[in-house]
Amino acid sequence: MADQRIPFATHAETTVLGADEIVLNMGPQHPSTHGVLRVKLRLDGEKVIGSECVIGYLHRGVEKIAEHRTYTQFAPYVDRMDYVAAVSNGLGYCEAVEKLLGAEAPLRARVIRTILTELQRIASHLFWLGTHALDIGALTPLFYCLREREEILKIFEKYCGARLTTHAFRIGGLQYEAYDELEKDVERFCTPFDKRVDEYESLLTGNRIWVGRTKGIGILTAKEAIDYAASGPVLRASGVKWDIRKAMPYAAYDLYKFEIPTGKNGDTFDRYIVRMEEMRQSRLICLQAIENIPAGPIMGKVGKVLKPPPGEVYHSIEAPKGELGYYIVSDGTTQPYRVRIRPPSLINLEAFDKMIRGHLVADVVAIIGTLDIVLGEVDR
Amino acid sequence: MQALINFVISIWVPLVCALVIVAVLPLAAGYIVLMERKVMADMQARLGPMRVGPHGLLQPIADAVKLLLKEDIIPEEADKGIFWIAPLISVTAGMLAMSALAIGPWFQVADLNIGLLFVVGIGALGIFGIVLGGWSSNSHYSLLGALRSAAQLVSYETAAGMAIVGALLLAGTLSIREIIEAQEDYRVWFVFASPVGFFIYVVASIAETNRAPFDLPEAESELVAGYMTEYSGFRWALYFLAEYTNMVVVASIATTLFLGGWLRPFAGSRAFDFLDYLPSVMMLGVAGYCFYRAPKQPVKIQQMVLAAVGASFILVAGILAAPLLAPAGSMLASAKAGLHGAFWFLLKVVLYLYLFMWLRFTFPRYRFDQLMRLGWQFLIPLSIVNVMGIGLALVLHRQLGWSHWTAFPLTTILTLAVAGMLGSAGAKKDKEHAIVGEEA
Amino acid sequence: MLDQIVFYFFAALAVISALLVVTRRNVVQSAIFLITALLATAGIFLQLHAEFLFIVQVILYAGGIMVLFVFVIMLINLDVSIHQVQFNRQWWLGLLLALVLGAQLILAVALGRSGLPLGEPAPATALEPSTQLVGRVLFNEYMLPFEIASILLLVAMIGAVVMAKKKV
Repeated sequence: MADQRIPFATHAETTVLGADEIVLNMGPQHPSTHGVLRVKLRLDGEKVIGSECVIGYLHRGVEKIAEHRTYTQFAPYVDRMDYVAAVSNGLGYCEAVEKLLGAEAPLRARVIRTILTELQRIASHLFWLGTHALDIGALTPLFYCLREREEILKIFEKYCGARLTTHAFRIGGLQYEAYDELEKDVERFCTPFDKRVDEYESLLTGNRIWVGRTKGIGILTAKEAIDYAASGPVLRASGVKWDIRKAMPYAAYDLYKFEIPTGKNGDTFDRYIVRMEEMRQSRLICLQAIENIPAGPIMGKVGKVLKPPPGEVYHSIEAPKGELGYYIVSDGTTQPYRVRIRPPSLINLEAFDKMIRGHLVADVVAIIGTLDIVLGEVDR
Repeated sequence: MQALINFVISIWVPLVCALVIVAVLPLAAGYIVLMERKVMADMQARLGPMRVGPHGLLQPIADAVKLLLKEDIIPEEADKGIFWIAPLISVTAGMLAMSALAIGPWFQVADLNIGLLFVVGIGALGIFGIVLGGWSSNSHYSLLGALRSAAQLVSYETAAGMAIVGALLLAGTLSIREIIEAQEDYRVWFVFASPVGFFIYVVASIAETNRAPFDLPEAESELVAGYMTEYSGFRWALYFLAEYTNMVVVASIATTLFLGGWLRPFAGSRAFDFLDYLPSVMMLGVAGYCFYRAPKQPVKIQQMVLAAVGASFILVAGILAAPLLAPAGSMLASAKAGLHGAFWFLLKVVLYLYLFMWLRFTFPRYRFDQLMRLGWQFLIPLSIVNVMGIGLALVLHRQLGWSHWTAFPLTTILTLAVAGMLGSAGAKKDKEHAIVGEEA
Repeated sequence: MLDQIVFYFFAALAVISALLVVTRRNVVQSAIFLITALLATAGIFLQLHAEFLFIVQVILYAGGIMVLFVFVIMLINLDVSIHQVQFNRQWWLGLLLALVLGAQLILAVALGRSGLPLGEPAPATALEPSTQLVGRVLFNEYMLPFEIASILLLVAMIGAVVMAKKKV
């Protein structure tokens, strides 16, 4: 990969590159870059021969802020990173701090956490599907996906009062008890959901135009995916069967039976199939979980003031976007010394240059969509 | 003096028709936009415009007023003359094409004996509106988007033209009126005689009007500015109007050539004469729906508007039923052809437009190279084979005396077989290119 | 009388457009005036009841060839021509020669008009529509030139594709 870091030409140097090459800027404000992502493309006519992603437009200094907040105070901040899947962010952080404290959330809390996280995974994938299809030109799946997602957001609102930035979990367990109709609501959502996913597949999977726009686009082989440290559906679609929920189970995942979908070719179509199947598997986990939510306390034995012993911990979870990791260094005070967040979107985005080379400009939107990035996570 | 009066009489019908086209077509295009928004909403499990007027019925008027009142922005470096004239060329081409088409046996500006060719030719002139619009925007990307759109139009024009030739062979004439009369004589609409031709024309006409799934030049305004970007306010409205007028034009061509124009289904046989009451019944049904929804509107004025709309539909139903109920031979009875013809024609055009909208909201977009490949490597060979097939069928029917119930289905099957071979050959080639996803 | 008005209208349009083609600085404006000149010529064809020629002129010339001209003009940056001097120093000599040539042509036509074998034109409405006429003649008497012309076009198309295709 000797040519990976070609110094990127600015506009003034365009003539040096040769008569046919132009630099195209997909600016930070763009309907299809899912946030404020700037992509500089070097084009030979219609073909992309080089690219550079410029990020940082949504950088809010979250990791620096963490050094000046207590552990409990920092918990709402993590929701704002991957704002499409806030519950997962909260889960990763709370479990990381619990690991640091040496505490464990009680089983009931872990089960409810699992249910909410899997619902959030479905919601995140639904949003991804709607916007990805919209970028490629299918105008209708977006509305169907948002209709389903609305049900999940209603459940979240009933549970913790918020739809998007939920702050659902607390360090040591949960603050709110599961409300009375939680099981009924989840069941009412999950039961017809399989047919809904079939509905989306009927619109897209067999469609010649969809297949033509996604098959063979943005191929990432298994070796390349591992080399780029890709994770989540991006990694699994390339054929690598690695899911943290199975490899290093957390919350209550070891209690339930589910499959890990993997792809074959690592192209956009495979990533689409993997995420669709993941939605179905999440539904199965939810159905298994609500059958038997154990009774018990929802908050573990952590004190009111959290002062973890000095040390460090790295804890990662399988967020909808990939491996979301928290590396927390504690110096014994109530505020962490350092919180480093491993953003799956950013690390998956590194593979963008490899995936886009040789494709046409019209494929750029498809590939950005298939990586499923959220700029809040990329920039933090 | 007498010569002048004769002259005026001879041109008053075309004049009135032309005035109706110029005055009513923009309003109709506005309501087609409303129809599209409502159909889009229906397919996306939502309601669409509901506020402005009952069920959004006054939305086009609100949009038109807004666009007229917007500030007229012209880019600094743009060529002002060309910037001004480009949308006008598009709109003029659309309306001129509409003028050669007949909405009913009574409504046609001029029945040219090269009518069909005229419409196709004027459509070709509409390309200039796009190209000049992209050029005058003085933006590199705008120009490329416009040229790409024009390239797409030119490519699919060939396929559309060949599909038209197929139907032309069946009709034997280029005049619009005589084509429909030929369908009346044959007792069968040409869509049944040449279904492959109809299919080709549907696909080509979607590409001609830059509609999804072939709207990459337009939707690429996400990535590269399309030709309409620098236009705002009423100039943009003119482009939009031109696009919807083009849609009506291609729908009218398809209706004329393939769907029997202003003919009632089963126009020839008397057994189906009860279908003559269908227009009035449909209008009464719509009126009934309006009256049913009227009390449910939230605001009193909307209730009144919807009730007025319902009343006007009842009036239309009455007008359509009058020639049927009048004594035969009277002047009122002879109005049947004109009124009912116009109704059936417009119904078919609306159904064709609904098909356009249905396809738009179901399919994703083709990438530009895939689009061009589809046009050049699939549609054009298929349309050539279609022409040969129809020629073969006509030879079998006329020279060898085969009945047209055997000749035409046989050649249709042959054409489809060739299409299948072409398609599989293309798909095999696609697999070779699949990894890179583009043609080297 | 209406005939005459229509004819003079189209003729004037054609002449003025032709003049504007050669006098504009902006190449795109020249192309637009060429289109109007071609359309005016088509109008004259229509006025002579040659509908097929009219529509073929519009479709092929204005709608096909001019579109390609405009493509080429827009893809090549011809802004340079706006700043160049349009008329060179000997323009008066060119004008003189053009006037002399024009006078010679007018004189030749005026004097020799009686010798030209222009018969009485048949009333145009007595003929069948020109499309059918042209078609019949084209496919019966002029079949061989028609085939040769189509092969010529095919060769030109293949040549253009071969020349424009990038080296793989």
